[in-house]
Amino acid sequence: MKAPAEKSFEEKKKIHDKGIEEGAAQLTQEKVHQVVQQMLSAEGGARLKAYIETCSHCGLCSEACHYYLSNDNNPIYSPAGKVKQTIGEIVKKKGKVSVDFIKEACEISFTECNLCRRCVMYCPFGIDVAYMMLFMRRICHKLGVVPQYIQDTAHSHSATLNQMWVKEDEWIDTLQWQEEEAQDEFPDLRIPIEKEGADIFYSVIGPEPKFRAQLIYQMAVIMYASGADWTMPATPGWDNSDMCMYTGDVEMVARLKKVHFETAMRLKNKRIVMGECGHAFRSVHDVGNRFLGWKMAPLPVVHAIEFYYELLRDRKIRIKNKLSQPVTFHDPCNIVRGRGLHEMGRYVINETCKTFIEMHPNREHNFCCAAGGGVINCGPPFRNKRVTGNRVKADQLAEAKKKGAEIVIAPCHNCHGGLEDIIKHYELGMELKFLGDILYEVMEK
Amino acid sequence: MSHIRDWDWNRGKRVISDIHQWRETYGWVEEPHASPDGESVAAIVKVDEMAFSVCENGSPWESSFDKVWFLRYGPDNRAAALVSDTAMWTVAVSGTPWENWFEFVWDTKFGRFDGHISVSAQKDFAYFAVTDDTPWENTFYTISHLKASPSGRSAAATVQTKPINEADIAAFQKGCFTVAVNGQPWTQNFLNAWEIAFDAKEEHVAAEVRLSLEDYTIVVDGIPWKRHYASVWEPVFSPTDGSVTAPVRLADGWALAQDGEIIWKNRYFQLWHHIYSIDGSRIAAIVSSKFGRWTLAIDDKPWNLTFKDLVTDPALSPDGRRAACVGKTDGKWMIAVDGTAWNDTYDMAWPPIFSPDGRNVAAKTQKNGIYRMVVNGRPIQTNYKTLWNPVFSPEGDKLLIRGIETGANDGKYTRTVLSLAEILG
Repeated sequence: MKAPAEKSFEEKKKIHDKGIEEGAAQLTQEKVHQVVQQMLSAEGGARLKAYIETCSHCGLCSEACHYYLSNDNNPIYSPAGKVKQTIGEIVKKKGKVSVDFIKEACEISFTECNLCRRCVMYCPFGIDVAYMMLFMRRICHKLGVVPQYIQDTAHSHSATLNQMWVKEDEWIDTLQWQEEEAQDEFPDLRIPIEKEGADIFYSVIGPEPKFRAQLIYQMAVIMYASGADWTMPATPGWDNSDMCMYTGDVEMVARLKKVHFETAMRLKNKRIVMGECGHAFRSVHDVGNRFLGWKMAPLPVVHAIEFYYELLRDRKIRIKNKLSQPVTFHDPCNIVRGRGLHEMGRYVINETCKTFIEMHPNREHNFCCAAGGGVINCGPPFRNKRVTGNRVKADQLAEAKKKGAEIVIAPCHNCHGGLEDIIKHYELGMELKFLGDILYEVMEK
Repeated sequence: MSHIRDWDWNRGKRVISDIHQWRETYGWVEEPHASPDGESVAAIVKVDEMAFSVCENGSPWESSFDKVWFLRYGPDNRAAALVSDTAMWTVAVSGTPWENWFEFVWDTKFGRFDGHISVSAQKDFAYFAVTDDTPWENTFYTISHLKASPSGRSAAATVQTKPINEADIAAFQKGCFTVAVNGQPWTQNFLNAWEIAFDAKEEHVAAEVRLSLEDYTIVVDGIPWKRHYASVWEPVFSPTDGSVTAPVRLADGWALAQDGEIIWKNRYFQLWHHIYSIDGSRIAAIVSSKFGRWTLAIDDKPWNLTFKDLVTDPALSPDGRRAACVGKTDGKWMIAVDGTAWNDTYDMAWPPIFSPDGRNVAAKTQKNGIYRMVVNGRPIQTNYKTLWNPVFSPEGDKLLIRGIETGANDGKYTRTVLSLAEILG
């Protein structure tokens, strides 16, 4: 499928971003050298060196990347090419790069790589390009050159400990409002706030109370119907998401994960069940926990897919009528390549939907939505680049549609954002749903 | 104020109320809460189609409200809850609402010893705190991290003093946040301000702050430490000399700093939640000496015993000679005292509590859905479906156990005083 009215590569490179431009305007050549060299000596250890020196530029990673494929196999979008243009050049020049170079490298590392790690699977040496893009982003953070909208999100995380500038009273009020709404349907339903000793601590990401409060409602009904012993906190720590992980602000990642886990520990809850988000899972399970010194998450963290799987397997939730519209399934990077939840996802779909049509490629080979890795959070300036940079996703969806799929299920908020734009831009006419939407619709309540 | 010495320390068990009966009466009964002295138990109940109240020892408060939440007992054994009436909110203490009403109140904070109460509040989109029904004179764009002083008479919080337009990252990075103490903001703004600490005399306040995107330090009474760090955790005032200590992150690991100078020699992969003994002579902290292994360090000396999953709830005996914590390895929760874990493991364990003489340690535990009190590693053979933390008598020779039992007393909230001699044989 051809993207309508694509801009030339040169035009795309002229995107103006306030965060990048104003950040770079504060920089001097000396500051760049000093920070980059300090980063290379303090944090760019054996792993970075091994990756850079091992890459033989074989190009096998290229066809793994949706940006490369969607931009007519332009090698500047290949994973090895992106490394060469960013951290590779920095290592080669021993940090002596210009301010303009930092601007270019910032745009590449933040908006042309979703850190989806598909390319890692195709590299004969297993080189983790996402690690190197994150290293580049960390340098950008240290230099104060970060795209405006994702930096604003990082500021929100630091000030409110949630992603969306949700104030403390607004959070609690939203829970109480959703409880009241749900009580019109189920008079005994509660959203138990601050229930010490509950088995489950349920956490969500900032956009849920801000824009998608019905998802909290739906999960409350699922918890109610399954007889779960659960709670949500009244204090910051309710948000499991983490855009600081994508801006390179690892100190703030640590702070956010500390608050999240310690809120559950304060309430003495046995495990954390989280909503349908991919990057948050990566943050609590693979990044923030380890930066703090926990080898694994200190409490079990259960993604919503695993939770639904468990409820259906144990017959704690029963299905009234399976969904009749044919569905397809988008495998989110962070919970499929990052956690292997693809078969559980399919179990839930087969339990709740009559007709399941596979998208190809699928499971750990699935193409990214192009929204993850903080790319969608870089905001409107990069929207078109992101959407045209994922034509292969549109092709995948169109193929599933040809086979009859009417609904795309994506159990991740970022994927929802990305796929929504793809469906609209390429005029695919498909409906997009969370797994929870479907479970809520077809379950016995 | 209620003094612990005045509580009923006579040995024996008393049934205070039958929670099963509450459920028969009201239908809607939320989680019960017990008073510190064990004489009262209360829960939010529905008294009418659209009306909620609090049932205390079987009787409802006289007032009912559109909504009631966050019911808790203060140290003076009075129950307080956040209540709403015609879309306005306030605090109700023993059923009596404060005179002032707000658009929202939350984050109830009690003093540690007295019955003073502070809450965060919002009215007309302005944010402030309220202590004992008196709102701060100054209001702010936001409020967070509310902290009460030891007595509860004062409160401090992180406040936003300047507005930030959507995505105005430059304004944010100039600093829009600071700490307000009893409504008076410090003069300097910061990028962020977090955990706040009062000193014992309630004359000084410290907080974690971020000065730039990557510079963190501790601020005391509005004045930042001269040294900056890659990160910091919650500061604590020494109970005796007024100095402030905080974990700080250095290039080679985490260390403990006092008034900006590093005082612990070891470097840790992680170091947090440090606490002082009452006399200020000893400091304990949760540390990770090696990636993925956790323990307690007392005065910079880590225990040999380490846990794989986590360590939480550190405690020092009043004289500082003994230390305890909750630890978790391979999903099993444990209590450890002086570097040795009790024999049993639990599905969940609550903070270990030292007797005033430091000789004994008691903790609430849960296993297979049943709560039991454990003293020095030995379980007391009464099963509970709900249990509160134990309280030692001032002499340390008796233990107060508050819980809703299973078995013969199923559903009954009981208050039991046992002698340590009786427990330990």
